[in-house]
Amino acid sequence: MLDKLKRPKSVLIFILLLSFGALIIDLPKFTIKFDKPFKVEQSFGGYAIGWFGGKFVRDLQIKKGLDLQGGIQVTLQADMKDIAEKDRKVALESARGVLERRVNFFGVTEPNIQTSVSGDNYRILIELPGVTDSKEAIQLIGQTAQLDFAEQKVLEEKPLDNLTPEEKEKQAAVPPVFAKTDLSGKDLSRAAVTFDSKTGAPQISIEFTDEGAKKFAEITKRNVQKPLAIFLDGVVLTAPIVQEEITGGQAVITGQFTLDEAKLLSVQLNAGSLPVSISVLSQKNIGATLGEESLKRSLIAGVIGLMLVAIFMLGNYGRLGILADIALIVYGLITLALYKLIPVTLTLSGIAGFILSIGMAVDSNILIFERIKEERRSGKSLLPSMEAGFGRAWDSIRDANICTLITSFVLFNPFNWSFLNVSGMVRGFALTLALGIAISLFTGIVVTRTLVRVFYR
Amino acid sequence: MIRFISFKKIYFVISALVIVPGIVSLFLWKLNLSVDFTGGAIWETGVSAPDARKLEGFLGKKQVEEVVSVQSTGDKSYLIKFKPITEERKNVISDVLAKKYGEVKETRFETVGPILGGELIFKTIIGVVLAALFILAYVAYQFKNKMYGISAILAMFHDSLVILGLFSIFGHFFKVEIDTLFVTAVLTILSFSVHDTVVVFDRIRELSRIYPKISFPELVDKAINETIVRSLNNSLTIIFMLLTLLLLGGVTTKWFVIALLIGTISGTYSSTFVAAPLLVVWKELMEKRKKWTKNG
Repeated sequence: MLDKLKRPKSVLIFILLLSFGALIIDLPKFTIKFDKPFKVEQSFGGYAIGWFGGKFVRDLQIKKGLDLQGGIQVTLQADMKDIAEKDRKVALESARGVLERRVNFFGVTEPNIQTSVSGDNYRILIELPGVTDSKEAIQLIGQTAQLDFAEQKVLEEKPLDNLTPEEKEKQAAVPPVFAKTDLSGKDLSRAAVTFDSKTGAPQISIEFTDEGAKKFAEITKRNVQKPLAIFLDGVVLTAPIVQEEITGGQAVITGQFTLDEAKLLSVQLNAGSLPVSISVLSQKNIGATLGEESLKRSLIAGVIGLMLVAIFMLGNYGRLGILADIALIVYGLITLALYKLIPVTLTLSGIAGFILSIGMAVDSNILIFERIKEERRSGKSLLPSMEAGFGRAWDSIRDANICTLITSFVLFNPFNWSFLNVSGMVRGFALTLALGIAISLFTGIVVTRTLVRVFYR
Repeated sequence: MIRFISFKKIYFVISALVIVPGIVSLFLWKLNLSVDFTGGAIWETGVSAPDARKLEGFLGKKQVEEVVSVQSTGDKSYLIKFKPITEERKNVISDVLAKKYGEVKETRFETVGPILGGELIFKTIIGVVLAALFILAYVAYQFKNKMYGISAILAMFHDSLVILGLFSIFGHFFKVEIDTLFVTAVLTILSFSVHDTVVVFDRIRELSRIYPKISFPELVDKAINETIVRSLNNSLTIIFMLLTLLLLGGVTTKWFVIALLIGTISGTYSSTFVAAPLLVVWKELMEKRKKWTKNG
């Protein structure tokens, strides 16, 4: 018996440490939340906390969405001169899709991306929340990322007249010694940043599609002991000498990359190249669409709703309810901390969703407590009915939550399957849903159970 | 013990009373799509208004209903987003502003496409369908009966029809628009619906192990009786949260919260009064078929 009691106490210590850590990460948020009643803003001012004799400085801040904080708006002009009139709208739409993928591969940021056509002007408007470095934003979205593989030119050349204007342009972009092959960025299945095993320098590993692998094998076969140049947007990145035919469909691009450049390039290659070249027309910081007022009101509503749920649990389940309320607070602390660490872009709807998730987080507690009540009614004594309650409720908690996790998994689309969306909005939703489930499972079961074992006797 | 299952026809009638008008409305009036789906116009302008909120408030007072949002882009310059409007209408609005704030400098006026393109909606629907299939497979596997999976998904389908239908009606009568928030609300409702249904099913599974000899309708009755308190309690905590958000939260999230509220109620209802009765109906059908094939 004593052994059994020892373990929950060490789990309790772990939970306390975890909550304390989460609290420290959350704190600036709390100064906003409890500004008026507690006046704690001064003591924690800024991001520095003056504890342990020294200063603990951190700049973790919740990432607010376009509606709450605004961000940066970049207007891009698409160059349509080489594209037939009737294809221009389609080209603009597909450019928009590529840009959306690029932004979203960079993280869950919930951007707004819109096209705009007026007269001969084909534009794309991108709004990114919380981006302070406009250079980075423009670098990420502003390159065509057309990848080409070129071999040394052979003497008997295809007559220029047989080429389409588009191909002519491509030819022109390549310095005369190299001729473009039919292998291009379109044949990639994925690209990733890796490191050279000898020098440790960042490089980009690419994998071709099945068809791309065949093309690559043919090209390497006929170019053994000759250079094969890799072009990005018409500029030679590297031109290694082919040692032998490569059939595996894999290759590595080396160059003088910094780690950030390599990451950026892999994002661009994964998202695909733009069908049109684009240039930045304007960029500006934009303010929030909603005032502080709406944020405050929602937060106040959240606090009151939380109190109502706490009172409800207390009224319905007595002392067990208090323990569930403590678990709920732990849930709130951990969730907020993770939102900051990941970071999750928080919009007003996201906050409403978070508040809703608090209501849902008590579900496992209600399931367990109802079970305990039932076991008690069937005549069992307190301790066995508590353990039985936790044990029996587990099946339904597991199955119900796995179903929700399946939904969030498909909507998040972690493997970037092209038939599913990669939109920031849907992904943001899926991520918060999955986080909510995972954390509520932890607090609803592990935390409550430990609290019950230690304090409820 | 209340004999819930003996009233199963009534539950289906109640559901039909909500869903059928909704479907009719969806056909007649479709959904009232917001600027997120239709695209609109942006107007960047220099006005000496004190801040974005005041400018938005002023436009609201002057009954300029096409305004979607106002953002500041620096000192005395604003980015106003509109529903689709004509150049003439914009000039009228410009005059209204000029009367109040003096000179109005226009930086640009452009029509813009939607934030939620057709592709995104299509892919999200594919995602939901795929998730539904996975859930169907998982539930069918866990409960060793495909009908459990199918009933859970039908209940989820029931809830989506309720929410889409009601919002089509709201759209027609109260000009409620379908926007990005609504898409999020529907996704939330779908996950909640299945979550709740599985809890009821789990009890049926457990009871069938304990009492293998009881008839199926009686078993389902017993399961409903035992889970209904937890279903109500759980929904009540969510409803408390949503009601405070509705009463105290901002105007922006009002319809989002209402959508979630309807979904929570529908999701709770459908788990007990749609998914579970469907299981009974299915069992009855199977037995009838068995008899029929035996006799025939």
